[in-house]
Amino acid sequence: MYPENLKYTKEHEWVDLETKKIGITQYAQEALGDVVFVELPEVGTILEVGDSIGVVESVKAVSDIYAPVSGKVIAVNEELLDSPELINQDTYGKGWILQMEITEGEEDLLDAKGYQKIVEEE
Amino acid sequence: MIEVKRTPLYEEHVKLGGKIVEFGGFEMPVQYKGIIEEHNTVREQAGLFDVSHMGEFEIKGKDAKKFIQKLITNDVEKIEPGRIIYSPMCYENGGTVDDLLIYCFNWEHFWLVVNASNTEKDWGWVQEQKTDEDVELANISGNIAQLALQGPKAQEILQSLTSLDLGEIKYYRFQEGQVAGCQSVVSRTGYTGEDGFEIYINANEVVLLWKEILTKGQSLGIAPIGLGARDTLRFEAGLPLYGHELGSEITPLEAGLGMFVDLKSDNDFIGKSALLKQKKEGLIRKKIGLEMLERGIPREGYLVYKDEQEIGYVTSGSFCPSLGKNLANALIKIDQAQIGNSLAVSIRNRPCQAVIVKTPFYKREV
Repeated sequence: MYPENLKYTKEHEWVDLETKKIGITQYAQEALGDVVFVELPEVGTILEVGDSIGVVESVKAVSDIYAPVSGKVIAVNEELLDSPELINQDTYGKGWILQMEITEGEEDLLDAKGYQKIVEEE
Repeated sequence: MIEVKRTPLYEEHVKLGGKIVEFGGFEMPVQYKGIIEEHNTVREQAGLFDVSHMGEFEIKGKDAKKFIQKLITNDVEKIEPGRIIYSPMCYENGGTVDDLLIYCFNWEHFWLVVNASNTEKDWGWVQEQKTDEDVELANISGNIAQLALQGPKAQEILQSLTSLDLGEIKYYRFQEGQVAGCQSVVSRTGYTGEDGFEIYINANEVVLLWKEILTKGQSLGIAPIGLGARDTLRFEAGLPLYGHELGSEITPLEAGLGMFVDLKSDNDFIGKSALLKQKKEGLIRKKIGLEMLERGIPREGYLVYKDEQEIGYVTSGSFCPSLGKNLANALIKIDQAQIGNSLAVSIRNRPCQAVIVKTPFYKREV
């Protein structure tokens, strides 16, 4: 049920190693509900795995997003500023959050099966 | 461990895809399809809420009215059989025990309807206040279920299920009668800012009534509504929520509920002298409405600043679906509480500009 071409983290983020785009998973967006606000990092920010890189807020909840890998932010999805609901509508497509130049941490990411297991345990 | 309770409708909520959370000691649906969609359904069509978690106390006896006047800050003389009044209930120091509705069946028979999260505390409090009054008190919360049907289509839907003439039931009044064949108390009250009704019924009949209302309302766009939208609806409409705008450390005067505090008549009630004193000396802080001018959602507990000086905190804050704005209620120092004053809300340690605006944020067009 989770796309095989993506990698994942325990914090419910996805990473596309081809496009270097990052977002939150279907499980995360469903748990949050209607997303009404997104705070994005600045392009050029250097990040290490686990750094807070932004915030996704639904009507009821505030959720931090953490860097799934180390590297530099090369783009952010500015469409989300006016249309945060794209995260609910198309979480692996138009709902991407940022794009990174990855320097480290790729090998620690989970594959779809590994992530599925984590979701089942929650 | 405190036992988490369920209303008789729990299974229905699960069947309808409700996302269940704990609230006020009950497992309740926070949403079915989504908070924003449900919010809009209530504003535009009609929504059905299970509010069976609310508490009901029955007060009977010769001194019932006198006893209630001792408990509540509002003037009990405003009430008469078939009427309802809203009132805070205070401690001796003016802090708020709860806010509630008082239903008058006759001069010797009343109901108090209280917040779910306060039912146990309130029940203890009410019992403690009884001295020599000739009253019988009963906590009937477990026997009574409550539904709220709210929205512009509420009357049309409910009318198809009852021989009561709903047009006769004016705001804050109620009648007793059959709804879907079940003996009910029907009042024109609610917590959404829309027209609508609250229906009290025996707990063992509520599943039937719930299903009947949803079926009859289908063609008019009815949907079940969770607690998430209940909160955004009440917040937009400027209705206080205990634990946020009211609390044991917040008086009804500070919460902007002065019109429900009778300091003029000779009636005595618990907390009156403290509230008179607070009024005479002048309030130090006051509840105001804030609109964010910068991006960011103000949340409960966030601090409010004027020129880098902390002046208060947010009591409730949310994105408001009907208004498309990020708004907040805040309790702040009264010398900064004038409409139009620009303030800052600290969101994740960053000051975000906001301005004081009039409340309620939302008022339906009549």
